[in-house]
Amino acid sequence: MYFVDPHVHMISRVTDDYERMARMGCVALSEPAFWAGFDRGSVDGFRDYFRQLTEFEPTRASWSRIQHFTWLCINAKEAENVSLSREVIAMIPEFLDRPGVLGIGEIGLNKNTRNEATIFQEHVDLAMKTNELILIHTPHLQDKYKGTRMIIDMLLDDSRVDPDRVLIDHVEEHTVGHAREEGFWCAMTLYPVTKCTPARAADIIEMYGDDRIMVNSAGDWGPSNPTAVPDFIQELRRRGYSESKIKKIVYDNPLEFFAKSRNFAFTPPDILAAEEQAKFD
Amino acid sequence: MASLQTATEVLEQSFLEIRAKLLEIGASLDRIERAEDSSHLKNDPRLAQISRSIEILNEDGFDRAERIQQVFSDSYDPNWNS
Repeated sequence: MYFVDPHVHMISRVTDDYERMARMGCVALSEPAFWAGFDRGSVDGFRDYFRQLTEFEPTRASWSRIQHFTWLCINAKEAENVSLSREVIAMIPEFLDRPGVLGIGEIGLNKNTRNEATIFQEHVDLAMKTNELILIHTPHLQDKYKGTRMIIDMLLDDSRVDPDRVLIDHVEEHTVGHAREEGFWCAMTLYPVTKCTPARAADIIEMYGDDRIMVNSAGDWGPSNPTAVPDFIQELRRRGYSESKIKKIVYDNPLEFFAKSRNFAFTPPDILAAEEQAKFD
Repeated sequence: MASLQTATEVLEQSFLEIRAKLLEIGASLDRIERAEDSSHLKNDPRLAQISRSIEILNEDGFDRAERIQQVFSDSYDPNWNS
């Protein structure tokens, strides 16, 4: 089955991971900007990072016939440096018209601090002024419930925000309902130990339905599995779901959300294969 | 999208997994108890969270996972921004 991984940090992964993902059916992915494991020191550090996300990673993905999309921001972990955050937010528009840039993300909260909230709102302001989609990171562990509620409060307080153009990521049992009730798109992250397992993600689908929801691996430089989405596919197959039901969650839904971005240009895999075959005919 | 499986089928498929996870929890708590300084942890709030979660497992309902998530979550103040 073809699938899309809507959240995976391929900059942290080796080329073999692209190849393994492709062999398991991955035809497209989106890569949000995130924390490098250390705080970057300057706006030029981010400019180089955004070049890598918009230039080299799409090239590397294409070697495995995977279509690469991306999101730009300064991560919430670095938002305590408010002045640097503002320099980065001012620089982001240099990249917003590049092919494959879907919007602003993954923005959100980490420890739910006042500075994080300030920089989150300034990112949202940029997205509204530039008509971009938004991808939201929600905090981990004990911070998740409070942080998710705070994020939803801030989004609803901004009358310009259309929930249908916002994806709230890393939802779990205690946050998915709040995000969906307000009309936002949701994603569940299949991540060892600290987030959802494939079985729990399948349970959430059974309880909340398969509209406006997707799953991702959020594979990064930590313990994570870039082929977690196929594990979720297998879990749903084991429970007896039809291929079309599964495809809706792992392929149709992410593409439907991405298609709201003006920079989204996707070639379905069958057409891509036919185009490549034609070169040899 | 309701579950397509019967309760019996779900139990058949998950029984050994549930058993294994309960054993892991039991063994982990034993390991903490056996360690030299275990008495220092009597008032550790994390053990209280674990204890409350185990109580939830024994309660009725189909939202146990959500209730356990709440046990391990910071509280939310709707007036946080005022």
